[in-house]
Amino acid sequence: MTVNQIFSDGQDVWEAWEFLKVGILAVQGDFDAHGAMLARMGVEHVFVRTPRDFDGVDAIILPGGESTTQWKFLVEEGLDKSLREHAARGGAIFGTCAGAILLAKEVSNPTQPSLGLSDIAVARNAYGRQLASEVRHEVTALSPAPIEMVFIRAPIIERTGPGVEVLASSAGKAVLVRQGRILIATFHPELTTDTTVHDYFMRMAGQPNGAGDRPAKTPAPSSAVPVERR
Amino acid sequence: MSATQGNDGNYSNDQWRVKVGLAEMLKGGVIMDVTNAEQARIAEEAGACAVMALERVPSDIRKEGGVARMASPKIIREIMNTVSIPVMAKVRIGHFAEAAVLEALQVDFIDESEVLTPADDENHVWKHDFKVPFVCGARNLGEALRRIAEGAAMIRTKGEAGSGNVVEAVRHMRTITGEMRRLTTLRGDELMHVAKELAAPLDLVREIARTGKLPVPNFSAGGIATPADAALVRHLGAESVFVGSGIFKSSDPEKRARAIVKATTHYQDAKAVLEASEELGEAMKGLDIRQIEEKDLLQTRGW
Repeated sequence: MTVNQIFSDGQDVWEAWEFLKVGILAVQGDFDAHGAMLARMGVEHVFVRTPRDFDGVDAIILPGGESTTQWKFLVEEGLDKSLREHAARGGAIFGTCAGAILLAKEVSNPTQPSLGLSDIAVARNAYGRQLASEVRHEVTALSPAPIEMVFIRAPIIERTGPGVEVLASSAGKAVLVRQGRILIATFHPELTTDTTVHDYFMRMAGQPNGAGDRPAKTPAPSSAVPVERR
Repeated sequence: MSATQGNDGNYSNDQWRVKVGLAEMLKGGVIMDVTNAEQARIAEEAGACAVMALERVPSDIRKEGGVARMASPKIIREIMNTVSIPVMAKVRIGHFAEAAVLEALQVDFIDESEVLTPADDENHVWKHDFKVPFVCGARNLGEALRRIAEGAAMIRTKGEAGSGNVVEAVRHMRTITGEMRRLTTLRGDELMHVAKELAAPLDLVREIARTGKLPVPNFSAGGIATPADAALVRHLGAESVFVGSGIFKSSDPEKRARAIVKATTHYQDAKAVLEASEELGEAMKGLDIRQIEEKDLLQTRGW
């Protein structure tokens, strides 16, 4: 990620993403698992349940869970509006499983409203019920080695628009895609110990995008007390 | 399922991980008891993250008596065809043949439940043999760890189902979390004695001592009837709640269901719980636990 900004205090080197604060939508679902993943990576994060919680948040994660339940909270709390504004500001968003459904332009099986921020069509629970849930290993465009992909009552991406880049597929279906500042996985990288996908998201979120991107936080001055690398 | 009950219980295999994975997805949500497709639709509309299909809600089982069994496949199938959220169903404690039927029916989660009449006084289902995940009730840490050792991918407090009284759910949640906190303060050479006292496997005891939490999601059930009840058990450590009789035995189920969903997510925000508590109509009547005879307690079923 050569475009990433680098900061140094002469002793240690940081990349821009290490100063970002990530909000994790925590109305329902596996937000804890995303939190644990970010904690392992040393990334500051907060749980988002109301529009107020968006304060100071640079990037947002929409976790797995039940998209019908999550959608009701988004509308009731006005979080749908906050998320659209966040996207319009050029803020990065990462959706896993239910998060993919919330971000999709079209949702089927059954149809339900969504944010429509990414030009993809998804079918819910398309592999079948829980008995069809499984762990797979697939190669992605992110790293040379295959990564573990945990699919749980997962949706299938049935169509990707022209602006959507497919970063990984499984059994002929796109499972990891990116459109600009939006990253979408139909599986759950947060349920593994592999940080590949979250690392990619953080680097993506740390990249200047020219569209009203928030500047990264100023790193601590080098003369002050030694800064502990988070 | 194999008839030999031979799976030795491996916590790191893929099957175990997708089971616990689904339990993770249900966190922060409300799982509601429903007895027909119409109630399931109301529950989903209200924001339930899953429904529990059963023939009679616990308060009716308590009132009507008789042997309570797995719900009829027809009702469960109708519910599965009506909602897109996960569908759970209950089996009697130890009744692995009922569990096999539910797995064949492809329900998403099985509750091996003390609310139904136990089928086996000694043995619970060996849950590692199944591909479908199980949730089991527990009153204390030892019981929770025995169920996890058998393959339960989610633990819920037993509380006292059908009572509309939260006191037992509170007691069980405080007991489990308190015992876990205590474990984290002990020396490693004291843990074998604890395992003996708890009648729980040493490897799980050691894991709790290290992490301070169960290796599977820990939910609350048994007596939750109001938004504030849901908020209370969430504060005490429940990662989600099951509501049984509390919703469809109240005067306005739709409203109460929505209110409990809201309070479960926003439990830290008293104003939100207040909003959820307004104009709800009558809660279910509820029972004083001391008025329930020992033999009629559901929580003492299973061990």
